[in-house]
Amino acid sequence: MDRKNTSRRSFLGLVLAAPLTAGTLTACSGGTAGPGQPSAGTASIWYLSGQPAEDVRKTAVETFNESHPDGRVEATFFANDDYKTKIRTAVGAGQAPTLIWGWGGGTLAGYAEAGQVDDLTSWFEENPDLKAKVIDSAWGAGTVDGKIYAMPMQTMAPIVLFYNKPLFEQVGAQPPKTWDDLMALVPVFNEAGIAPISLAGQSRWTTMMWLEFLFDRVGGPELFTAVYEGDEDAWSNPDALEALTMAQDLVRAGGFIEGFDSVVADQNADQALLYTNKAAMMLHGTWTYGSMKSDGGEFVPGGDLGYMNFPAVTGGKGDPSNTVGNPAQYLSIYSEATDEQKEIAKQYLKDGVTSDAVIEGWIGIGEVPVFKGIEDQLAASENPEWVTWVYETALNAKSFQQSWDQALSPAAAEELLDNIARLFQLSITPEEFAANMNAVLGQ
Amino acid sequence: MSSAAPVATGGVGAIPPVPAAPVTATGRRTGSLVWLVLPALLFFIAFGIVPLVGVLVLSFTSWSGIGDITFTGLTSWRAVLADPGLLHALWVTFLVMALSWLFQTPVSLLIGVFTAGRQRYRAFLAVLYFIPLLLSSAAVAIVYKALLDPNFGIGAGLGLDVLRQNWLGDPTLALAVVVFIVSWQFVPFHSLIYQGGVRQIPASMYEAAQIDGAGKVRQFFSITLPQLKYTIITSSTLMVVGSLTFFDLIWVLTAGGPGDATRVLALDMYVRGFRASQMGLASVIAVILVAVGLLLALGLQRLGGRDAGASQLEGA
Repeated sequence: MDRKNTSRRSFLGLVLAAPLTAGTLTACSGGTAGPGQPSAGTASIWYLSGQPAEDVRKTAVETFNESHPDGRVEATFFANDDYKTKIRTAVGAGQAPTLIWGWGGGTLAGYAEAGQVDDLTSWFEENPDLKAKVIDSAWGAGTVDGKIYAMPMQTMAPIVLFYNKPLFEQVGAQPPKTWDDLMALVPVFNEAGIAPISLAGQSRWTTMMWLEFLFDRVGGPELFTAVYEGDEDAWSNPDALEALTMAQDLVRAGGFIEGFDSVVADQNADQALLYTNKAAMMLHGTWTYGSMKSDGGEFVPGGDLGYMNFPAVTGGKGDPSNTVGNPAQYLSIYSEATDEQKEIAKQYLKDGVTSDAVIEGWIGIGEVPVFKGIEDQLAASENPEWVTWVYETALNAKSFQQSWDQALSPAAAEELLDNIARLFQLSITPEEFAANMNAVLGQ
Repeated sequence: MSSAAPVATGGVGAIPPVPAAPVTATGRRTGSLVWLVLPALLFFIAFGIVPLVGVLVLSFTSWSGIGDITFTGLTSWRAVLADPGLLHALWVTFLVMALSWLFQTPVSLLIGVFTAGRQRYRAFLAVLYFIPLLLSSAAVAIVYKALLDPNFGIGAGLGLDVLRQNWLGDPTLALAVVVFIVSWQFVPFHSLIYQGGVRQIPASMYEAAQIDGAGKVRQFFSITLPQLKYTIITSSTLMVVGSLTFFDLIWVLTAGGPGDATRVLALDMYVRGFRASQMGLASVIAVILVAVGLLLALGLQRLGGRDAGASQLEGA
């Protein structure tokens, strides 16, 4: 086993040494002294950057370090899209942080199969209180073959349809209850010189959220479950083809803002389009509430931001209460960390991410932690209506499906995102999309 | 692949041929020169040859980046060669290469000739022309991305509808924008090469031409251009081979999009390797990239002709 590891690592080291890999990546081949690399007696964690969530994550680390003088946790922050690449490369190169942050699902399954993350099942059995603290539905994406490899933490992040209330008043329209309503709104906003929907198409996972909901509303959650399980020709199910066609109909009708293909979500440009009154609607994760609140001036405090679950599709099989998104974020423990580091990491799982300061921090920025018994804290918060609505939407959903790109393996997810971009560019037909995706089923 | 990389960053990728060391009667000098070569050679082997061999080996495997590497023979090669995405990426790479060469060569040649003059205002302008080279590709891409944003960019800001195009969202426009920005960034570097080239042309040749009654234009085409033959070849080699490795700028600017409109070979490799975690397939593309780069560099060297060593200064 050891010998295998060495050769694997030296291979990655070689690949990384090649200057062709982007500059950010070469940083991880630079030895053990780089930022974010654990030193003995200190557990390390890599987090996503971006305010306001970054401050809450810092709070988690700082309060933990204050109350645990013996074992420090050191946090390093990375931008979303960079992080996904960097963490995987670091795990492969044997340079991962002690605590591996992620979205569970296919990526976690890959780590688990390669023995890179510790099986935490027995540890949670020894700590039933901790396990009971987290809502039940969040455990699924952290579990591989019945074993728990990651602890759900942070927040539940369903995808919701945000809308700009003043713009709806301006054109005299109501928020869409059904897909037909939504299609009917498109020409109304376009005639008023307002983009109907803001979309950060270059990021692709943003575009994917539209398909996730259409698949659910048209064919029910079973439609994607068949894909996930690798059923033959699952993508060319008639319901799937209908959902794909509906997506293209919306593009053809001019539903998305012009140039959506070049907008990037990492810079929050899509949110800016909504709060600067350039676009009327936006389908996005609940985490954008906090950044729209901090960046959008009077938009959120003034009550101009509307939100609702995705509209129903008339005659569709999916329950209108269903939602999609991230049931939680997850922390795993890197299997090659030292015992000392693992001990600190476990303490951090116990005390760091579940502390009251952290829970209050998340609620304060308009997000809903994945822990039970927080109703009172939600009601007493700055944005009680919003957080309570999110909490209820997530808990009352008949199905809360994990984001596709997180649920699938990286290879299948990349193929999916690539084809979704082309589908929305109208450069492939729904049938071609299905054929391309059927080819990578079960990967 | 690594030997071509410094070119992209505007560095000194091509090592000029070193004239054979003058050997003293005792022959001692040769020995010391070999030692001098050693550090650079070791670096080249460690960071150029060894990764290359690693990538070649990886191209015959299937590996997700974590877990075990399994040898799968030619499977990865077959998968890549059968994928229409490869041909498309090759085509986009070729387009970027050809168009940016067509754009850069005349512009940098003219700027180079212009700044070769000794007047003070020319020296001042030369400094201004030089600025884009000082900026990192990522910074250049971020700034252009902001400027070209249809909703918040320069077009919307100044209210100029001409500038309010879907610059990075339309496949054709996006490719044109990439070519333009790449050229904008590297024209200063090639101007510098041409400036040096022009300054080495003996003034006596121009004086003779003047006496013969040749005007400025005639002098340019009959003296400057032919004298710059090898400078053009050097500059073109750097441009063409360097354009194979354009990555950072395109990645930040369009991420290969919209769709795959600007997905050059280097990007395709990165996406497959580090996004899709298919290291085997990515390694195949890397090997293809190296092969194409080597072939191009060799081909351009051949363009110099067999009389590469012949003097261009006859009659000077």
